[in-house]
Amino acid sequence: MKDAAAAPDRDHPAANAGVDRRNFLWEALKASLGVPIALGVVRVPELCGMQAEAGEDAERIYGMGIDVRKCIGCGRCAQACKDENDVPDEPHFVNTWVERYVIRSDGEVSVDSPNGGIDGFPPLEEEGGTVRTFFVPKLCNHCEEAPCVQVCPVGATFITDDGAVLVDEEYCIGCGYCVQACPYGARWFDPVKHVARKCTFCYHRLARGKVPACVEVCPTSARMFGEVGHRANPLARFLRFNDIQVLKPHLNTKPKVFYANLDGEVR
Amino acid sequence: MPQQVTRLGIAFAVLAVVFLAVRQRLVPDTFGELGHYRAAAVDTIAAYPLQYAGHEECTLCHRPIAEKRGDSNHAGVSCEVCHGPAAGHVAAPGSVKPPAPRERGFCPLCHGYDASRPSGFPQIDPVAHNPTVPCMTCHDPHAPEPPVIPGACRACHGQIASQKAVSHHATLPCLTCHDAPDEHKSAPRAVRPGKPSARDFCGTCHAEDAVSPSHIPRVAISTHGEDYLCWQCHYPHHPEAD
Repeated sequence: MKDAAAAPDRDHPAANAGVDRRNFLWEALKASLGVPIALGVVRVPELCGMQAEAGEDAERIYGMGIDVRKCIGCGRCAQACKDENDVPDEPHFVNTWVERYVIRSDGEVSVDSPNGGIDGFPPLEEEGGTVRTFFVPKLCNHCEEAPCVQVCPVGATFITDDGAVLVDEEYCIGCGYCVQACPYGARWFDPVKHVARKCTFCYHRLARGKVPACVEVCPTSARMFGEVGHRANPLARFLRFNDIQVLKPHLNTKPKVFYANLDGEVR
Repeated sequence: MPQQVTRLGIAFAVLAVVFLAVRQRLVPDTFGELGHYRAAAVDTIAAYPLQYAGHEECTLCHRPIAEKRGDSNHAGVSCEVCHGPAAGHVAAPGSVKPPAPRERGFCPLCHGYDASRPSGFPQIDPVAHNPTVPCMTCHDPHAPEPPVIPGACRACHGQIASQKAVSHHATLPCLTCHDAPDEHKSAPRAVRPGKPSARDFCGTCHAEDAVSPSHIPRVAISTHGEDYLCWQCHYPHHPEAD
């Protein structure tokens, strides 16, 4: 016992000097945190996770439902989106588009979307060898864990309290990281404004109490819009009455665009 | 106080002031108010102008036509699907008139036959279907009906009828294969129509020795497909053959 009691003095001479190692590290940690907080670099609420809690309490989280079996591939959604959101007319610049899947008897899967489906689709070359064929509307999935938001170096793309993923066009530096990061190919680079663009869920329409333009014009009601987590709205009903899947669930991006009757070949 | 501590203190103070000044210049106003972004951007985006007014706006002035459409097969088709974005028209009804597409090319965007479309959706072949006649001649876009109101089998079995209409069996009346007693119409579940039960039935057209037009595909009806019944591999309302 005597040896054990004497050991600290021998191994930690600093203990005798009034400042032991534990106290020194604690003071250093307080100082290293205190200076940035005092300078306003790191805000205390962020450190304590208070903002994350505020997000979970949000009243509205928007989402979209798409019934693949109802889509007739007319491309009105893609056209309406271009009209509504001032998207260049050239192909490849689309916030939402319609893909045609053709699954052939030899197992080959082909996907095409000429001009986003706006002008219709050319006839299938070899209809005889087709096992299944259908249309799938695509758009930004407004992920809860959005890779595009994580990679933005300046905070120009963000998730609002309502769950919409938006781009601050005045603040975007046009580096294009987010275009690369999106696993759904939903982002594109505006050749005129030189900023990243994407679907906004027609945020300006939501602000006026209207549904997104693509939902407004869908002639077969293949698209549903509403709030996730509230029972009395079209999306909630859609989620209750259908078997629901999301695209690329293995990436854990937690999309808020929900698909019903989705074929397993859809990527 | 030791001299080096004073110097270090001054250096830190200068660095801190420079840092704060640079940060003040670089970080935009409202950045960080709601999260790691400019809070003002949300208001900017929310203030973008509308192009599509929404069908509720149309109904305010065009009630009769909206009610007519609301009771029709186009009940779910919003006005601006065909008439285009109309927010400008809502703002200035007199000077801005939305277009009304009357050419034959427009309706087939939805109603032209496409193998990828859901089979029950009404579709036509735009080349063969009354060429040169505008669709509006026979179909009112605000209350579209087939020129002949579906009666008999099609009234209830619309999806099968639509599918059969684009298949090789398009010209065959339902009664070629089914016998439907009149009572089936009044008591559809109690009195069921008949279906073929044996391979020989299909053989009346498709057997090698059948008396039927020569373009109809033929098989050796007694051996083809071994023990399976014809309709276990070929869907009679949309038959396919490799």
